[in-house]
Amino acid sequence: MFVRLGIAVAALSLLNCAALAQGAKPTDPQIAHIAYTAGVIDINAAKQAEEKASNKEIKAFAKDMARDHEAVNKQALDLVKKLKVTPEDNDTSKALSKQAADKLAELGKLKGAAYDKAYIDNEIAYHKAVNTALETQLIPSASNPELKSLLQTGLKIFQGHQQHAEHVAAGLK
Amino acid sequence: MLPGRCLATLALLALGAMAVPAHAATIRIVMENMVISPAEVSAKVGDTIEWVNKDVLAHTATAKNGEFDVTIAPKKTVKSVLTKAGTVDYYCRYHPNMKAVLTIAP
Ligand SMILES: [Cu+2]
Repeated sequence: MFVRLGIAVAALSLLNCAALAQGAKPTDPQIAHIAYTAGVIDINAAKQAEEKASNKEIKAFAKDMARDHEAVNKQALDLVKKLKVTPEDNDTSKALSKQAADKLAELGKLKGAAYDKAYIDNEIAYHKAVNTALETQLIPSASNPELKSLLQTGLKIFQGHQQHAEHVAAGLK
Repeated sequence: MLPGRCLATLALLALGAMAVPAHAATIRIVMENMVISPAEVSAKVGDTIEWVNKDVLAHTATAKNGEFDVTIAPKKTVKSVLTKAGTVDYYCRYHPNMKAVLTIAP
């Protein structure tokens, strides 16, 4: 638990540090890229879970995550197209992707109930970290009102997923 | 002329009231940008709820007491008729931060 919370905190610090390192708040093209990447990360985790999970509730949860994040990312792509914004890769996105790839490999080694528990605990920690990043960094930094409003809805979705994950985790016991 | 028409209308209304004692209404509840509105709705047994989902995500209206569990696909509307009186707290199973209350009179 402490280790996983540590990972969540680290993800958040990465977001903050990367923004600070650039000496400025992230730009809209960078924010769009970070938000999209955050969605892709959860979709990849969900796809792994759909294959590996043994618990029925965990499998259903993973399916919900893949479906929601795919829909939101499609909406995000439609918006950046409309706004003629090209998502721009950046250190934060790279750090998030690297960290997620490591986590996926780590989860990949687990099996059965141990995998189920590690996956759902990571989902809680991950959504929590993204929520904090959205609230403290991404939403305040976004300058385009439509992008800001998409991120605000995104925050509510991620908060909903966090609660959903907490319910599922509580049901495992 | 006018009073006569009024009486006829009243009579029709009275007949209508007798035919449908519960005076069934259709009430729209909209889910948009992860918010259910209105958050509090008063209805009667026999009323129809029109669940309108304007989001790109599927939502559910799930009663905490197990009274109903409606899934509404993205950009779709689902209708359901209220059959039992009571105050029902409901939420979305996929996004439990979406919550609202339905007060159903007999
Ligand atoms: Cu929902």
